[in-house]
Amino acid sequence: MAVITPRQRASWTTANFVVIALAMIPVLWLLSLSFKTPAAVLDPSFWPAQWTWGNYSGILTSSQFLRPLVNSIGIGIISTVIAVVLASMAAYAIARLRFPGKTVLIGMALLIAMFPLIALVTPLFTIERALGLFNTWPGLIIPYVAFGLPLGIYTLSAFFREIPWELEKAAKMDGATPFQAFIRVIAPLATPGMVTTAILVFLACWNDFLLAISFTSTIDSRTAPAAMQYFSGGSVFTVPTGPIAAAAVVITIPIIIFVLFFQRRIVAGLTSGAVKG
Amino acid sequence: MSTTTQAVPGTEAVGPSKKKVKPQLTEGQRAERRLGLLLCAPAVVVMIAVTAYPVGYAIFLSLERYNLALPQATKFIGFGNYGAVLSSPYWWHALLVTVIITVFSVAITLVLGMLLAMVLHRTPFGRGTVRTASLIPYGIVTVAAAYSWQYAWTPGQGYLSSIFNNSAPLTSQTEAIIVIIIAEIWKTTPFMGLLLLAGLSLVPEDLQKAARVDGASGWQRFTRITLPLMKPAILVALLFRTLDSFRIFDNIFILTSGNNGTGAVSNLGYDNLFSALNLGIGSTISILIFICVAIIAVIFILGFGTAAPGSDLGKR
Repeated sequence: MAVITPRQRASWTTANFVVIALAMIPVLWLLSLSFKTPAAVLDPSFWPAQWTWGNYSGILTSSQFLRPLVNSIGIGIISTVIAVVLASMAAYAIARLRFPGKTVLIGMALLIAMFPLIALVTPLFTIERALGLFNTWPGLIIPYVAFGLPLGIYTLSAFFREIPWELEKAAKMDGATPFQAFIRVIAPLATPGMVTTAILVFLACWNDFLLAISFTSTIDSRTAPAAMQYFSGGSVFTVPTGPIAAAAVVITIPIIIFVLFFQRRIVAGLTSGAVKG
Repeated sequence: MSTTTQAVPGTEAVGPSKKKVKPQLTEGQRAERRLGLLLCAPAVVVMIAVTAYPVGYAIFLSLERYNLALPQATKFIGFGNYGAVLSSPYWWHALLVTVIITVFSVAITLVLGMLLAMVLHRTPFGRGTVRTASLIPYGIVTVAAAYSWQYAWTPGQGYLSSIFNNSAPLTSQTEAIIVIIIAEIWKTTPFMGLLLLAGLSLVPEDLQKAARVDGASGWQRFTRITLPLMKPAILVALLFRTLDSFRIFDNIFILTSGNNGTGAVSNLGYDNLFSALNLGIGSTISILIFICVAIIAVIFILGFGTAAPGSDLGKR
């Protein structure tokens, strides 16, 4: 693309604009709804005539949203940390060590990545009730870790393959055990991949709805996406559109931050596991 | 890790020389095996505990009459639940809805994803901005996006509804399914686009140039060079998207709650568990969905041949 003619410039500008508009309009609509007054919600114009912070101050002072938000953050972070640590160990072994059963492990991870979640809801519901895990943080963390692992193992083993062997060999020559070689040499080199993986796993936990509504019954452990449907308006006659839109915007903010700061890494992570490069 | 394991595992002299002859493992190789298994063990245990064991348990539950509302009537009934589900019009209807949503959303997403990949690959400026914008639908919580679509199509309050003469598509079956498909497409096109982009960047520029010199048109270059070279990437993207789409739940739950015959199989399974409290039937539906997904995966993996994801990882 050495020289761009004005016509090419115009058509690429249009193409870029269409993509950005299509991606953003539903998000902007949520943003607009979240600033509408309860009365103005019933006006279909795209932008509010009057802007109000009322919906935000409403949900951010209500335990019906704050508690689930804390649950979402806490459960998301704990699940992500556990999943990334376990996945790093397994991915290191897959990428670097010779041991039997490797193919089985990869196949298993692939199988779980494709797993229909609903197939687990009924049995896990029964098991969690029997073990007293129903409506607790661990009741969500354990399945989130399990479903974060295949994603983590795939992404990380792709990243780990890029790390030069020689460094590890050198460390072993110098008398390091394989474990020391992992902690001292490979882990620091693998940090970018681990950050990427952590973002992807966190987004998956943050996004989950089916497990969150199935394994929780109160705001003690209900996550934000699952809590939104229980919002009520100011009175029985007001629709909770504004508060729900505001909550939707709040839970979208972390995603926008990740996307703005880690755009390249997210793209690399999403594609590394799936396509050989 | 005893001190003997420092015998430099990386330097095994000759690999496994001949088959049949059980290779005598050096101390280092044995340590390497041990470490490999040890490092994988926690991940394997968690994955088995949360998936394999419950699936086995679901198979057992699916053979029982088990309703939480009538616990005393719990009884082993063999394949009775399967007969009940497979002869029920609800199951076949939900399956049909799921297949329709999957086929249309994946097909349209493939086309739009390819266009998106082209824009991301070729646009001479603003690439970062476009990529950032298109990552937002991928990252956004499905439920949040579903609310946006729901309110947009609510008559009297939504901008889309008012554009289309105050229509109320979510109250009629066909139109509601169309809205669900649109919501799915919007959410998943970026992921498809990014996977295809990765495939697209593997197509050598020289080949394109050579074809252009030989007088191939843009369309010919796309169908004869780009598409064949991208086949592995397309298959991977299609597999991921198809299996993901078949599991659709969130969008339908928020947009229509599965009313008016718009529920997918996942919604049917959920309703049987939490509205009807029927663990036996719910488990049967779970197992049937699992079988459907397995069939889709097998079809795709046969199509992959050697290009299956992970097949190269295993060889390392």
